[in-house]
Parts: sequence; C-alpha cells; structure tokens
Amino acid sequence: MVTYIFFVLATIAIASALATIMSRSTVNSALFLVLNMMSIAGVYLLLKAQFLAIIQILVYAGAIMVLFLFVIMLLNVEDEKTVFSKKIFRNAFGFLLGGVVLAQLLYAVAGYSGVLPDISAEMTYIGTVEAIGNTMFTEYLFPFEVTAILLTVAVIGALFIAQRNPKTQN
Amino acid sequence: MLSLTWFLALSAVLFAIGTIGVLTRKNAIVIFMSVELMLNAVNLTLVAFSSFMGDIHGQILVFFSLCVAAAEAAVGLAIVIAIFRQNLTVDITKIKLLRW
Repeated sequence: MVTYIFFVLATIAIASALATIMSRSTVNSALFLVLNMMSIAGVYLLLKAQFLAIIQILVYAGAIMVLFLFVIMLLNVEDEKTVFSKKIFRNAFGFLLGGVVLAQLLYAVAGYSGVLPDISAEMTYIGTVEAIGNTMFTEYLFPFEVTAILLTVAVIGALFIAQRNPKTQN
Repeated sequence: MLSLTWFLALSAVLFAIGTIGVLTRKNAIVIFMSVELMLNAVNLTLVAFSSFMGDIHGQILVFFSLCVAAAEAAVGLAIVIAIFRQNLTVDITKIKLLRW
C-alpha cells in the first residue's frame, strides 16, 4: 500500500516538476509548482514527518507560492512564445548538464544502496510536533532565535529593494 | 516498506529537473521557481535520511532551510520587481546591467 502511494506521489511530483519548467505561462508554472510541493508533502507524510509535511504546505505551497503568484500578476508577465531560448547550443548544454547531474546522483545513490540504513524503529515518533519542538527549543534554541532575526532582515531588505526609488523617478 | 534508495532517486530526479530549468529557461521568475524545486529536492533527501536513521536533527535542519527559503523568496522576488521596474522585462537575456 505504502509503495503504491509512494509511486503515485512520485509520478505526480516528477510530472508537475516537468510541467513547471516547460509551461509557457508563468502562472501555470507556479500552480504546477504548488502541486509539486503538495506531493512532496505527501512523501513527507509517508516518511512519518508530520510536522514538516504541514510546514511544507503552509510555508511553501501557502506563503511562498502566494508571493510568487502575487509578483507574477503584479508584473503582468505575458506568456512566452517559445519555452526555451532560441539558442540551440545553450539549450543543448543545459539539457546535457542536467543529464550529467542526474546520472551522477543516481550513480552515487546506486553505489551506496548496499550500505544505506534500513528503516528505523524510531521513525514513527521522531517526526511529531512534540519531538521536534522538544529538540528545537532546547538544543537549537539559539539558531531558532537567529532565524527570527534572519526573517526580519529579509523582510526589511525586500521592502527596501522593492520600493520605488524617488531619485530615479521623473 | 520502500527502501531509502527510492526516496533518494526521486530527490535526484527532481534536482536534475530543477537544474535543467535553471539552465535553459530565460524567464527570471521561472528560474527562481526551479531553484525552489532544487531546494525542495534537497529537503526531501534530508527528511528521508532523518526518518530512516531515526535521527531528528535532519528534520530540524529542514525546518531552518525552509526559513532560509522563505527569506530568499522574499528578497529574490523584490530583486525581480526592481529589475522589472528598470528594464520592463523579466527576460534574463535582455538584462544587461552587469554585462559588457
């Protein structure tokens, strides 16, 4: 059963990832990316990481993708006529490099498949909100607080970069 | 139950698709979305290893990586807006500010 669910989710994830990079409309790309995030959240649930699955949907599929869609609609980007750039060499090089990366990663995974750990008995309870909160607010308290500063700085920086500069206005 | 190899293979495929998107597309927003795809693939690897080894630290790392991804999305999209305001395009082949 778990195997079937995994393969369905993996197929959805790969298909929507391909659709993300191949659709001409930017809005369609963003919506396919939401589907991809959702299926990855499903895979997280299969791995018994409930907290991260919820956070994935809330932060990625919710907040980040809403930001993307907001910017796309704000900029009113028109559909592209061709998906990939017309330079054949650049495209071929991109696909070649992507293929090389894939082959290398799969080769590495296959090479280590004998020594990879088996399923752990602790898997069912390490991904709960309770367990993660317990570790995060004891062992990782300082990095957690630094994250708050990071997000504040990012928001201020984003506001500063995106605001209209009065000097260049005419 | 599935072995860890399948999760790693899924992650590798998603990462490669993201790489191809970054290298071949010319719309800055789509390139940015491909980067998010790659980030997600790496997160999947971390969660898979964390669950299979019964070690919680991998999932904590994914949480922090999610926070950094959120910050990166905010700043990156602000840069896209600033570029669009200057050039009225998000086509990276037409942006020439730092090129000769």
